[in-house]
Amino acid sequence: MASRESGVAMERTPDASAARPSTPCLHCGQRCAAGSVIEEDRNFCCVGCQAVYSLLTGNGLGQFYDLASNPGLRVGQVTGQPGWAFLDDATVQEKLLDFADARRAKVTLSLPGIHCIACVWLLENLFRLRPGVGESRVNFSQRTASITYNPTQVKLSEIAALVASLGYEPALTLGTLGQDDGTKAPRWQQRQWLQVGVAGFGFGNVMLLALPGYLGLDSASGPWFSALAGWLGLALALPVVVYSAGDYWRAAWVSLRRQVLTLDVPIALGLAAIFGQSVYEVSTGRGVGYSDSLTGLIFFLLCGRLFQRKSFDRLAFDRDYKGFFPLAVVRRTSTGEESVAISGLAVGDRLRIRHAELVPADARLLSGEARVDYSFVTGESEPVTRGVGELIYAGGRQVGGAIEIKTVKPVSESYLTSLWDHEAFAKPRSSDFESQTDRYSRRFTRIVVGVAMLSAVYWLFADASLALKAFASVLIVACPCALALAAPLTLGTAQRWLARRNVFLRNAQVIESLAEVDTIVLDKTGTLTSADTGVATWSGPPLSALEKGRLGSMARHSAHPLAIRISEAIGRKHSAEPVETFLETSGCGMEGKVAGRDILMGSAAWLQSRGTGAAVRPLQHDGSETFPSSGSTAGINGAGPPGHPFSVTSNSSVHVAVDGDYRGCFFLQNTLRAEVEALLPRLRGRYPLMLLSGDNARENDRFRALLGTEAVIRFNQSPLDKLEAIRRLQAAGRKVMMVGDGLNDAGALKQADVGVAVVEKVGTFSPASDIILEAAQLPRLAEVMAFSLRAARVVRAGFIVSGLYNAVGISIAAAGLLSPLVCAILMPLSSVTVVLFAIGTTRWMAWRTFGNSPAEITGNANGATAPGPGEARS
Amino acid sequence: MSVLVLLIFASLAIATTFLAAFIWAVRSGQYDDTCTPSMRLLLDDPPAAGITDGCPTPPKPDPEQENS
Repeated sequence: MASRESGVAMERTPDASAARPSTPCLHCGQRCAAGSVIEEDRNFCCVGCQAVYSLLTGNGLGQFYDLASNPGLRVGQVTGQPGWAFLDDATVQEKLLDFADARRAKVTLSLPGIHCIACVWLLENLFRLRPGVGESRVNFSQRTASITYNPTQVKLSEIAALVASLGYEPALTLGTLGQDDGTKAPRWQQRQWLQVGVAGFGFGNVMLLALPGYLGLDSASGPWFSALAGWLGLALALPVVVYSAGDYWRAAWVSLRRQVLTLDVPIALGLAAIFGQSVYEVSTGRGVGYSDSLTGLIFFLLCGRLFQRKSFDRLAFDRDYKGFFPLAVVRRTSTGEESVAISGLAVGDRLRIRHAELVPADARLLSGEARVDYSFVTGESEPVTRGVGELIYAGGRQVGGAIEIKTVKPVSESYLTSLWDHEAFAKPRSSDFESQTDRYSRRFTRIVVGVAMLSAVYWLFADASLALKAFASVLIVACPCALALAAPLTLGTAQRWLARRNVFLRNAQVIESLAEVDTIVLDKTGTLTSADTGVATWSGPPLSALEKGRLGSMARHSAHPLAIRISEAIGRKHSAEPVETFLETSGCGMEGKVAGRDILMGSAAWLQSRGTGAAVRPLQHDGSETFPSSGSTAGINGAGPPGHPFSVTSNSSVHVAVDGDYRGCFFLQNTLRAEVEALLPRLRGRYPLMLLSGDNARENDRFRALLGTEAVIRFNQSPLDKLEAIRRLQAAGRKVMMVGDGLNDAGALKQADVGVAVVEKVGTFSPASDIILEAAQLPRLAEVMAFSLRAARVVRAGFIVSGLYNAVGISIAAAGLLSPLVCAILMPLSSVTVVLFAIGTTRWMAWRTFGNSPAEITGNANGATAPGPGEARS
Repeated sequence: MSVLVLLIFASLAIATTFLAAFIWAVRSGQYDDTCTPSMRLLLDDPPAAGITDGCPTPPKPDPEQENS
């Protein structure tokens, strides 16, 4: 890419000999397999990594490799973007750039590849690699880099290409353009910091003034000191009450207007009572007021909120289909091809879609052979073949050679996007969910107001002068400081604990919803089975290493998914033989000459028709259009590979003949994620399970065995069917958790009480959800559920602890005996106790649930698949 | 005892200065990213070197740094 021409002399020609297979690549740390490069005594897994290495060292950036071991990213994978030229388009830049003038422009690129300190260093030293690039700042938690550059010297597309060539491919999707330039979030964050700062300022200074009063020293300085302290305290408390506590007033007002009692109501009530009482006491000269308790209370509350506000900036929980689309496609024009932003597509445009690229809008096939993988959209696991003139729906991914299509609908009106018109997407998430905290706070508020009223009425008859004081004292003491801290701290701690295990929660309240789940709905393709990998097992007389090498070379020539799986299964360890001739017949198979041998690979029917069928066992080919025979191979039941755990009915098979003789066949199975087998038995007993798949029913038996007889299993479910199924469950009073991965689950994930999106790698696209879970962490789902139940119990216990405090405090207050000193001691003490209790117990629960396993579990397949230490619950 | 009043107001004035400094720090974006600066601290050779006036003028590559 562009980096190659940036003045890097590649004087050292790579040594062609392969590196030792066990050596990790110096750049990216992957094992060096065939095709690797040794340069002097440095090992690289591919030419791409080696190029980056020489680019960096050649520009004085060799320090990159000292900052971390093998810090790089593997370069040279297929990129989804057809070049970066569209970035120079004026309309695209207008939306993308943070600001621009004649000599300076600033762009913020999302780079999901950022993962270590060396990345930060390298990207902030980008200016050394290319003249015209200025300062760049990396935001590690958001995985973004803000790059200043001089538009007269370097183009935006060149910067994108440079960054991509280093392995950090910018994530530019259609959603990137729609965003309101990201200034919103910082403003909101800044406000929270300022609120805490102002509250801390008020609290500290009021405390200084109040301390003499606690110790009885104020009498020595005369009554004027009390008055001064009182008025100063009020003056300091005023900005705290108005500005810092502003969110509580607003929240309380909103909940009163909606006529629901949230925890904000008693908080606001308590704050108002304290402030009112203080103003009354100070202005009438009866005392110094409670400004110290008031500011302290607000400060602690805000600190608790700050602690709970752990958001995962780099994960998007609210993405819609736009995040799935690339930013640009290749458009064919009369003069040639151009890269065009998807937002600029018009109906009737002719597009070229290459292997692994996405069809951006409903379109008609003009030329080429379309094999469209809809697995992400519909859940079908096998690609479907479409002929010239047929309609291809948006969201499908082309597999195989390049095709040319003509759009028939705008992007925004495509089949894929129609799901987002459903009413489930209109309402904000979980707005009507009533959590345990809400229920408790409602009860709490009723009791507090009731007791305050009763005591006021009582004192009105017994001693009218005390009535107001008793009423206010009850509200002050009962102000649910401890209560308001218990839930956020417990849930926040739990959320962090889960995040360290690569289970990311949208917010801490998700734990409460999770604890109430009583039904689990699962998606199949991509969730229980992994979409891309499959195990190819050989059935027939064993293949020699030489034969394996030949078949592997053949398979590598085809872009068909089954062929790719076969070549992966064979691996590259067998010496590759040159393929002399190669011919692929759509829907049938491929034939070719490798090292002088004629090889046929394809469906059984095709092999039979080519005269090699004599040895093929009787087959009932189902006439499926996909190549090679997918779907039912029921006729060869029993011929499956020995020891395979599942029935062969779910297999696809590729038959092989060499020199006219039948050799055997490869069985290809959509592999169940290894983790799922550990997970399902644990969930089976505890929750009713339901499987909703967009795929056809051929794997019914297999999943029936896995899920048990009580489970509901439905195939051929459209995205809307899934959504409706969940809605019906909810109508029957169920709390539903949906576990899915693709866009086809987007509606169901949104509708469910808890939506769990399973992703291969954190940071890649996932539909809107509550929880983002790395696939390798799937077996932990059972533990996460158990943990959420425990966390909910901790919250309840926290409520009881603070409730006891309140009971003691309220009874003293209602008796009219409360002195300011007792109040000043009781309030912080209860808060500190609850804080310690919440954090301590949650950590202990987490330790008990997850065991003492290392905190950081990376997404690597090894280790992560190991089930947790024993069943969490007995 | 009036010295007490003086001290109280002096301390309040100082505290207000710090509050103002804090507000300025938040407004200028120093609290927007609390993660990356902690990593940047460990790196020598500040990336901003060689940038003047926000206008990109990259320095010559430093050949002495080239080692692996």
